[in-house]
Amino acid sequence: MTLLSVQGLAVARGGLRTVEGVSFTLDPGQALILRGPNGIGKTTLLRAIAGLQRPVAGRIDMADDAVAYAAHADGVKGALTVAENLSFWARVFGGGGMDTALSAMDLVPLADRPAAALSAGQKRRLGLARLLVARRPLWVLDEPTVSLDTASVLRFAAMVRGHLAGGGAALIATHIDLGLDAQVLDLTAFRAKADRAARPAGFNEAFA
Amino acid sequence: MSIWEYANPVKFMRTSGAILPWVVAGAAICTVTGLVWGFLTSDDYRQGSTVKIVFLHVPAAMMAINIWVMMLVASLIWLVRRHHVSALAAKAAAPIGAVMTVIGLITGAVWGQPMWGTWWEWDPRLTSFLILLLFYIGYIALWSAIEDPDSAADLTAVLCLVGSVFALLSRYAVLFWNQGLHQGASLSVQSGERMSAVYRYPLYLTMLGFGLLFLALLLVRTRTEIRKRRLAALQAREMRA
Amino acid sequence: MIALLKRDLRLAVRAGGGFGLGVAFFLILCALVPFGVGPDSGALRPIAPGILWLGALLACLLSLDRIFALDHEDGSLDLLATSPLPLEGAVAVKALAHWITTGLPLIVAAPLFGILLHLPGAAIPALIVSLLLGTPALSMLGAFGAAVTVGLRRGGLLLSLLVLPLYIPTLIFGTEMIRRGQEGGSIATPLLFLAGITAGTLALIPFAAAAALRINLR
Repeated sequence: MTLLSVQGLAVARGGLRTVEGVSFTLDPGQALILRGPNGIGKTTLLRAIAGLQRPVAGRIDMADDAVAYAAHADGVKGALTVAENLSFWARVFGGGGMDTALSAMDLVPLADRPAAALSAGQKRRLGLARLLVARRPLWVLDEPTVSLDTASVLRFAAMVRGHLAGGGAALIATHIDLGLDAQVLDLTAFRAKADRAARPAGFNEAFA
Repeated sequence: MSIWEYANPVKFMRTSGAILPWVVAGAAICTVTGLVWGFLTSDDYRQGSTVKIVFLHVPAAMMAINIWVMMLVASLIWLVRRHHVSALAAKAAAPIGAVMTVIGLITGAVWGQPMWGTWWEWDPRLTSFLILLLFYIGYIALWSAIEDPDSAADLTAVLCLVGSVFALLSRYAVLFWNQGLHQGASLSVQSGERMSAVYRYPLYLTMLGFGLLFLALLLVRTRTEIRKRRLAALQAREMRA
Repeated sequence: MIALLKRDLRLAVRAGGGFGLGVAFFLILCALVPFGVGPDSGALRPIAPGILWLGALLACLLSLDRIFALDHEDGSLDLLATSPLPLEGAVAVKALAHWITTGLPLIVAAPLFGILLHLPGAAIPALIVSLLLGTPALSMLGAFGAAVTVGLRRGGLLLSLLVLPLYIPTLIFGTEMIRRGQEGGSIATPLLFLAGITAGTLALIPFAAAAALRINLR
């Protein structure tokens, strides 16, 4: 059973295609690392898979409500405590497992602290702990390790490994080595061609 | 061949370029002839010479409403069929509609002063036009505020839909709020006192002229918008290359 | 959905300014009007319904941009859009939270401010009922405006430009209802219109607002 199947995907940012012809599949237990220079369209691609953006071309096949998405912004409310932040998302996603999530990201000692008092790295840990309470099979992560220290990166890698072992899958855009047994997809090869011949028929050159 | 072929920008540019001179000529002939003819008609026995402003007032007011309806249709076409020309035509039409509304309001004030003894009256028709102007302004402001052209087209289309419903609601709410002085529709068939033929034919001509004038301006502005988009696309491609 | 409502209310309470600010603005407005038109009750009474409704309208407008802007900044909106909650439902809940934090306090305070403006006691029930029926539409339409302008620089000014014309029908029927209450006339007609507008708004606008949010998120 395939969790995610992407075929011939093309995405655009600011009206211009960034990558095109991207195809891959993700099965349970698999992780895929996206690489590529800045501006190649990693974030745009991940947002398209998370359903936040419409792809320009291609197919994305997966079950409904399969994706847990985490990006640069953690969606953490400063006025709420760590536990309140997490339990809100747990209730929205209909999940549980607050305690596991808190301990997985070493947040137990901080649980009653208002999130406004957290450092950037601690906030990020809270944002990542949300993945565990979302209880979704496919994690779509955009630079998840930004502002994490070495110990936290190891914790996070262990969390991802646990998720994969439990039959989940992960699609991660990152530049550091997480020590995962994962395939790597370099998007540089899929950079959109600037010439017009590559466009599908009927596509008008006035609107790139 | 389907009518949607004209939604292709290249095809649209070619066709609109070909018909534009004819539309401009038609608009000029109808508007000028209609206005001159209108001003040469004899004075009304009650309203005197002030009645002649009708040849500007009624066509402008009519176009102000029709342009909004056209924008609504264009927005729907964009939302349903994603034809870029349609979205750009709606964008191009809005400032023309706003100007028509302003012309309608100003000529109305100029006409109202000698007739009702006041420049402005919170009469349902006048008020509705003022509200229409507010909707035009909001629509234009939203277009200019959003950078991404596709998002701007989508959001303004949604606003146009919601705005249309509320503009219509306001129209009837205003009627409920104040019954007003304004005469009924000048050309309506039911009203007992109809406009005499002397005024009616030049009025038809100026109405046709304003319609053609709008079409001409719309074509020019839509062509400009398309060229602007093409320029932006070329520049973006240049930067990436 | 209830979790979202609870969170929004809790945020409004903790972040401060949620409940009190709108009412404070309303009070200032009602206190300033007599300075503008004079303290004479004969001058104040006829304009009281309009001032009260305009005050409610503007107080409501003040906090509109907060409906989505904060959630957009910190990424919660992206996460909500990928969550199992339908976005239409999220919009409706956030409008409801806005109504509870601004609309409801206004309704509670309005009779008091009505007295300040020499509104006769007979019109007070009409005032309360008109606000009760009308303010939910204000919050919902405001949520639509906020959804359209979320993520825009200088969105606040544009928001008022877009939203205020949408408020016109509600304003007309709301003030008309109080005026009729003041004169002892039948309030049934404006009441029905007001209720109809609010019902239609609550039923349809969440879809438009959610569509606008989706466009703004991509």
